[in-house]
Amino acid sequence: MPTRRRALLILAALAGLAVVSLALALVAGSVKVGFADVVAALLGRDDGVAGEIVRNLRLPRALAGFACGGVLAIAGALLQVLLRNPLADPYVLGVSGGASVGAILAILLGAGVLGINVASFIGALAAMVVVFGLAHGDGSWTQTRLLLTGVIVASGCGALVALMLAVAPDDKLRGMVFWLMGDLSQATNPLLGLAVLALVVGAALPFARELNLLTRGADIAQTLGVQVALLRRGVYLAASIATAAAVTQAGSIGFVGLIVPHLVRLAVGNDQRVLLPASALAGGSLLVVADTLARTLVAPQQLPVGVLTALIGVPVFLFLLTRDAKARH
Amino acid sequence: MSPTQMAGTVLETRQLTVGIGSKVFCRGLDLQLHAGERLAILGRNGAGKSTLLSVLAGLRAPLSGDVLIAGESYPTLGARRSALVRGWLPQARGDAFASTVLETALVGRHPHLDRWGWETEKDAAIVRAALAAVDLTAFEDRDIQTLSGGERQRLAIATLLAQQPKLFLLDEPIAYLDLKHQIAMLELFDDAARKGAAVAMVLHDPALARRFCDRVLLVYGDGEVETGPAAEVLNADRLSDLYEYPLAAVESGGHVSFIPK
Repeated sequence: MPTRRRALLILAALAGLAVVSLALALVAGSVKVGFADVVAALLGRDDGVAGEIVRNLRLPRALAGFACGGVLAIAGALLQVLLRNPLADPYVLGVSGGASVGAILAILLGAGVLGINVASFIGALAAMVVVFGLAHGDGSWTQTRLLLTGVIVASGCGALVALMLAVAPDDKLRGMVFWLMGDLSQATNPLLGLAVLALVVGAALPFARELNLLTRGADIAQTLGVQVALLRRGVYLAASIATAAAVTQAGSIGFVGLIVPHLVRLAVGNDQRVLLPASALAGGSLLVVADTLARTLVAPQQLPVGVLTALIGVPVFLFLLTRDAKARH
Repeated sequence: MSPTQMAGTVLETRQLTVGIGSKVFCRGLDLQLHAGERLAILGRNGAGKSTLLSVLAGLRAPLSGDVLIAGESYPTLGARRSALVRGWLPQARGDAFASTVLETALVGRHPHLDRWGWETEKDAAIVRAALAAVDLTAFEDRDIQTLSGGERQRLAIATLLAQQPKLFLLDEPIAYLDLKHQIAMLELFDDAARKGAAVAMVLHDPALARRFCDRVLLVYGDGEVETGPAAEVLNADRLSDLYEYPLAAVESGGHVSFIPK
């Protein structure tokens, strides 16, 4: 029996987890800053080097990471509902493929950070429009058709990226590979990401019970009072634009959007009223922890954060999956 | 109140023509279904029964003509208010995600809750009563993906009962069910009709249609349809025509059955 009380308890626990992960990100790093100093820096009482590092380097990066992780996770959860497929992720509809083509092209042409961001955002939107147009061309819309169109556009983008990697000069390859694996070191302004996260959560929550119905099938949802066509379009647009924003900021970070909604679903069930905000909190936390590890494990060298999200996510996921299988029998 | 509502007309079609592409299943159908009435829809496979039912449910647009529920069209009522009037039992179901039996039946309460509302104890009581009515009381916490076909079908019926519609549109409600549960479910809809609901169901057994329905709608598949009182229309000659197979009527214990010759 779903209750508001249970939902609030779960979300409070996950909010606690998010705070812990952010604290960890502020404390950890090559320059040792104690917890008391972090608090002092956040309150603006520390004007020294430690305060600068916490306020100007670690905090923006941690918040940007949290926003990206949260956005990717909720976008994944939304697309799993839209496609009624637990294997869907934010990238399945080609959004990240389009962003990658844009970003890699910009790097190849020698653009700066801003140019790369703009190009990847345009690429993401272009892919979104192409997939939507092709899948929706004759007015009908089936999940299979949308999924297939997305997968094909994504693989087309993959081929273009591979082509550009093959002809790229050696000095640009490293930047390209890091972008493709996801990298938060360029994410210095968390405001956009946090705003997108707040917008998506705020837009999705009023429709959460209708999204529950959508997981049962479009016709059942329609006969139970959901305006299915409008809702599906809204979900598609919200998830795609959110993904585009996250990918633009941090590159295509894998696994967060697929695994986090799954983890949350296995732990708390498939009620979107809980699942959507819980995914946002858990996804944000996971990415903050992964990014903290990425910049501390082999410091001063940094690892691509996408590698860490996969290394953390895969074993946790497999553990929960086997536990779930046992519980059912 | 409009005249149709005063007369207790729950479902009305006016010159309804239903088809897919160039294939027409039903031409110019004028049908009125009143509160308390039970209608059986019979026809061969592929004759268009389900398509007709989905048009009646507002899920698909007719080629021409109108469908009115409680005197109003689906677009006028809107998705939400329509859901308070008509309930639909689909023929096929696919469950993409794990979910418990109780949670699944609770979705039937959706049209009765406001946007930010959560299911209350009253909703839970209605849903538990519905689960009891379909003999699934002990299944509350079971994962729907572990249910048998018949159990899943009864859960779908419980979800529909929890919705408490005034019009039941049922696409093969007794598919997958054993004989005991076939009769039990038909008696449930009988009961709903006695309490004032209108019921239209696609059936494949003319004997059960004759026993549990007041009227029948025969769908011949070529655009021809025929309606009438069940006891009159359902005879061996007409059914042999409908199914394109010779049938014989057999009477036993006050019930008429039709067996293939």
